[in-house]
Amino acid sequence: MLYSKKVMEQFQKTEDYGRIENADGIGKVGNARCGDVMWIYLKIDNGIITDAKYETFGCVAAIATSSMAMKMIKGRRVEEALEVSNKAVTEALDGLPPEKMHCSVLAEEGIKAAIEDYLNKRST
Amino acid sequence: MKTQYYLDYNATTPVDPRVVERMIPFFSERFHNPSSFYHQAGEVMEELDAARVELARLAGANADELFFCGNGTESDNLAIFGTMLQDKKGHLITSAIEHAAVLNSCRQLQKDGYDLTILPVDGHGFVDPDDLRKAMRKDTRLVSIMWANNEIGSIQPVAELARIAHEHGALFHSDAVQAMGKIPVDVQSADVDFLSLSAHKMYGPKGLGLLFKRRGLHLRPLVFGGGHEKGLRPGTENTAAIVGAGEAARLVSTHMREETERVRLWRDDLQTRIEEKIPDILINGDREPRLPNTLNISIRHIEGESILALLETHGLALSSGSACSSKSLDPSHVLLALGRSHEDAHGSLRISLGRFTRREDLDHLMTHLPSTAERLRMISPFWQNRES
Repeated sequence: MLYSKKVMEQFQKTEDYGRIENADGIGKVGNARCGDVMWIYLKIDNGIITDAKYETFGCVAAIATSSMAMKMIKGRRVEEALEVSNKAVTEALDGLPPEKMHCSVLAEEGIKAAIEDYLNKRST
Repeated sequence: MKTQYYLDYNATTPVDPRVVERMIPFFSERFHNPSSFYHQAGEVMEELDAARVELARLAGANADELFFCGNGTESDNLAIFGTMLQDKKGHLITSAIEHAAVLNSCRQLQKDGYDLTILPVDGHGFVDPDDLRKAMRKDTRLVSIMWANNEIGSIQPVAELARIAHEHGALFHSDAVQAMGKIPVDVQSADVDFLSLSAHKMYGPKGLGLLFKRRGLHLRPLVFGGGHEKGLRPGTENTAAIVGAGEAARLVSTHMREETERVRLWRDDLQTRIEEKIPDILINGDREPRLPNTLNISIRHIEGESILALLETHGLALSSGSACSSKSLDPSHVLLALGRSHEDAHGSLRISLGRFTRREDLDHLMTHLPSTAERLRMISPFWQNRES
């Protein structure tokens, strides 16, 4: 499997993993059957994502995209984070092998799910 | 170049330098087509005959029962299609943990209208002979069950399975690609009708498969051409590879016993060390009889490709049954057949040793495997939120 340098770097040096206690939004996507599960935790203050972490069970691409996605949404407004597409994550990683594109989709879904959770919690 | 710590002998073996040395002249001064008229050609043919004798001896076969072909996959195809295609219909039986070369050949026949039974295995990777007995039918033509499994190393009761097939009037084929060179494989005592072998799993070159076909049995060829290999597999012989395979067989006959002992000790020692250092692992194919060189583990809650990628940064070369190391989404069919969950199958790691394995390869693995597992578990939601 040939990954870009950026993918490998992100995979090896990933930092934003782990849980956020009392997270404002949690998104759980993927399933173990296919080998990729991603949990996203967000801390949100005044509509701004002040912290973002992930826990991922999955391949190199899944971990690298999780990691890159956290970097891309941290410090951003919630509306901006919703705009982070799988395409943008993939581009930031200098591309993914075709059979790994679903991993980047998972990252986008994870962010959306976590924000949805945050909005739901806030409205109740 | 960075040192490679190669622990993937079940994928392929390096060609033994003594084999390479024997092969080289057949690319240059001894290039002749063995079917040609002049004496140089005849001498190449004699070398092929000698190689055939050496390989046949290793398998307990007669030289005229051994046929050269392109690779192990082709050999499996020849035995399976070559038997079944003699009739328009019929029943065949195989097991759930066969190599894709066998499993997909059988499935193709099923699509073409033949009946197929796939036998399950138990949690340790063994076919139950009683299951075979129950699956046998009047129209069962062929039973194809591997000698030893390539992923987990379980060794099947081949002699007993062959006897059951014969009692019901069927023929028996065994894919012994992974067994040969690691354990004794004898077609006489096991009484198999067809056997498939591959040179590159036993320190020979890639691109050479062998098929044993018992005297008096007929197979329908799959390719047609000149009269090579008695018309069963025509095409100009891969002379260098055949000579190399012969030398590889000679080396296996000489060294296998001593190699097996060493490798088994190291493998068992490695398993103990891994069990001591890494909590919450599963051994896949944990019972004897199993190949002495193979160790397959599931490191629970993490995924195989990630493990391989981190180990590779330290020069370690291994395999996994995770989907991500292949191109499909499903993890190893072998591990699923053992009853492993998808998650555990995705987290599997196959370590396979061989002739040139050094102690330092294993020490190097033990330097990096526990920290790799720990690192990935830190990232995994299943590990962090596991029930303790």
